[in-house]
Amino acid sequence: MKILVPVKRVIDYNLKPRVKADGTGVDLANVKMSMNPFDEIAVEEALRLKEKGAATEVVAVSIGPAKAQETLRTALAMGADRAILVETDAEVEPLAVAKILQAIVAEEAPGMVVMGKQAIDDDSNQTGQMLAALLGWGQGTFASKVDVTGDSVAVTREVDAGLETVSLKLPAIVTTDLRLNEPRYASLPNIMKAKSKPLAVKKPEDLGVDIAPRLKVLKVSEPPVRKAGVMVGSVDELVAKLKEMGAVA
Amino acid sequence: MQVYEAPLRDMRFVLDELWVDDGFGDLPALAEFDADLTSAILEEAARFSREVLLPLNRTGDEEGCVLENGVVRTPAGFKDAYKQFTESGWAALAADPQWGGQGLPERVNKLVEEMTCSTNLSFGLYPGLTHGGALALEAHGSEDLKQRYLPKMTSGEWSGTMCLTESHCGTDLGLLRTKAVPQEDGSYKISGAKIFISAGDHDLTENIIHLVLARLPDAPKGVKGISLFLVPKFLPNDDGSVGPSNGVQCTALEHKMGLKASATCQMQFEDSTGWIVGEPNAGLAAMFTMMNAERLSVGVQGLGVGEAAYQSAVWYAKDRLQGRALSGPKYPDKAADPIIVHPDVRRMLMTMRAYNEGCRMLGGWVSRALDAERLSEEPEARQRAEDFVALMTPIVKALFTDLGHETAHLAVQVYGGHGYIRESGVEQYARDARIAMIYEGTNGIQALDLVGRKLGANNGRFLRSFFHPVSAFIEANKGDGPMKPMIDGLEKAFGALQLSTATIAQRGLSDPEEAGAAASDYLRLFGLVAMGYCFARATLLSGMKIAFGAEDKAFYEDKIKTATFYFERILPQVSALFLQIKAGKKSMMALTEDAF
Repeated sequence: MKILVPVKRVIDYNLKPRVKADGTGVDLANVKMSMNPFDEIAVEEALRLKEKGAATEVVAVSIGPAKAQETLRTALAMGADRAILVETDAEVEPLAVAKILQAIVAEEAPGMVVMGKQAIDDDSNQTGQMLAALLGWGQGTFASKVDVTGDSVAVTREVDAGLETVSLKLPAIVTTDLRLNEPRYASLPNIMKAKSKPLAVKKPEDLGVDIAPRLKVLKVSEPPVRKAGVMVGSVDELVAKLKEMGAVA
Repeated sequence: MQVYEAPLRDMRFVLDELWVDDGFGDLPALAEFDADLTSAILEEAARFSREVLLPLNRTGDEEGCVLENGVVRTPAGFKDAYKQFTESGWAALAADPQWGGQGLPERVNKLVEEMTCSTNLSFGLYPGLTHGGALALEAHGSEDLKQRYLPKMTSGEWSGTMCLTESHCGTDLGLLRTKAVPQEDGSYKISGAKIFISAGDHDLTENIIHLVLARLPDAPKGVKGISLFLVPKFLPNDDGSVGPSNGVQCTALEHKMGLKASATCQMQFEDSTGWIVGEPNAGLAAMFTMMNAERLSVGVQGLGVGEAAYQSAVWYAKDRLQGRALSGPKYPDKAADPIIVHPDVRRMLMTMRAYNEGCRMLGGWVSRALDAERLSEEPEARQRAEDFVALMTPIVKALFTDLGHETAHLAVQVYGGHGYIRESGVEQYARDARIAMIYEGTNGIQALDLVGRKLGANNGRFLRSFFHPVSAFIEANKGDGPMKPMIDGLEKAFGALQLSTATIAQRGLSDPEEAGAAASDYLRLFGLVAMGYCFARATLLSGMKIAFGAEDKAFYEDKIKTATFYFERILPQVSALFLQIKAGKKSMMALTEDAF
């Protein structure tokens, strides 16, 4: 079975994003960019499935500018077998990403798509679900455990009420949550090998996908600064204050 | 608080930009290591150091190593980290692919070493010594010894040590007493006691390979009667597995000022089986293969700790609110201004920054020469690179460790009282950095090596490998222009270096004590001029990058600001050092011994 792992190049999770002065978006000029942490977990899971013998090939795919090749090289250095970049400098929304992935799935025919539940830049949490709908495949989102047996996969999902396990018929979509695994460090020999692994570059046009945005961003601004709190002397005072604010009846 | 992000942008500047025309020619052998690949390597190394090694730095310092039932236990977490480190291939970074290494160029290796030293100096010693030991074995060992030991030392499965020092001899190894008695099968029985042995015993690897200096029964007295032996902790079986114990014991752990997570052992060898490495009575020269490589790495230790101390000081200077800026409040909405607004705090931070950036640039140049002496296709360039490495080795070792130590102490000063408290983590940097000025030849010995062995070597040929590029740079960039103040400053400092060199050469001929009295000041002066040259080159390059519309203009502008600080506030020390050198030994030696 082949596993497709979409990975996104995002602002590094250690950094504090700054909003551009004109309010059109986040300032990414000369900012360190890395692989979306949830996607790293997805790569790790795909590699573990391959190491367990449940998969035979791991293909990483990214959609973004030429620099996203670095992100793909990171996936290759972790152990992915080959990579595909769908190169575009345009802003791609979740629906466009899902459509591009649908086209890649049609070409690659993977048995599973394992991807991050969301990207930490826009936190959309939509692409996996949209892709499942477009393909008509089953989806196991927010996975904290993935078990492949035969032609089905059991996915333990992190939901509000606790854990829920669903069984999906393959092919299927799995989106990864934080506790699924701890991604490995790329080893030095693998970093060196990654350089010579195949990396194909395509354009959205080649795939016949219209990526025109459906959303209009009106304004991007910093979240309001948190105001200082009030110290209360007793539980009674706290309750009184909460009542005053209308927070409790 | 100990904070660290690898200075990747500055490292890329040194690696990819500053020394492109280093005069050593192209090295086709390194073509595969393009910027994409080295960038991926440095980024992963940065991540590993920050996430795995840094969290063990303070805990390792608090816990230290313990000797229990004759076996040394490293602090919690070290064993796992070492396993991850070797499994990821970092131990084999610069080693020869023939033995399973990755064959990375030194220019990249030294940057990775810097990160390891910044995040956990104690940890770095274990793989560092192994690498040094493997180099000596590779250069001088028999084919059989190499086959048996190098693959496992390269992978890091087995570690290495260098056993030189004995209780009565450190700098003067001619006095050493450890004995080696030849056996019929060609091996030797080694007996004796060694002290200060880094990584002498520990629980990170299944075997430890000691390189031991000892005397043969008929050996002449002094340094000409020392031979080098390989003595494993456990004798390996033919299939590579670990066999019986070999009479090598750690008898005590040294109680040290710093570097506490590194096991510094007293070792006892009792009829331990060893094999000779190199020729009989030529052990010191063989050991020096390892020492020279180690000296450059020790220099990088100074820089590594300096960088960590600087970053931790910057973090605190921005975080600590205290008092108001002399020019009026800068953050009126806060209870006080962060201390980074104060000129004296800036003086400390800029000094630290300039030292670190200066050392990184100079180190980058020397590591390119290390690559070139091995890989350049032109014999003449190889020779020049070799001369340059020989000349700069004592300078890199002593200058970087002196400045790293100064930087660590400045960090404590920036923290004030909190810096003197252990919890802040910066006093650890000051304690850890201290040893680098002492081991692998004290900095005083480095200075003597520079004036005694390097200055006059081959009629000054070593010196020319530095003097020629610097004077050519000054000539090429003279004249009115934005570089004028810097080139003038460099020319003046370079003049002081040339005059000092001539003075020492002349006085040293008739009185070696004159050379000895000038040595340390001269080494510092030399180092300051060398860093000045690096900063001037960096300024020229940065100016061009800005003029051609570089994307990260701010980086280059900051580089020029730091270089300007260096030229205005640090390089002038050259004038004072010159006067000190000129004054000669008289006042230094005037007191009678009884007067002390």
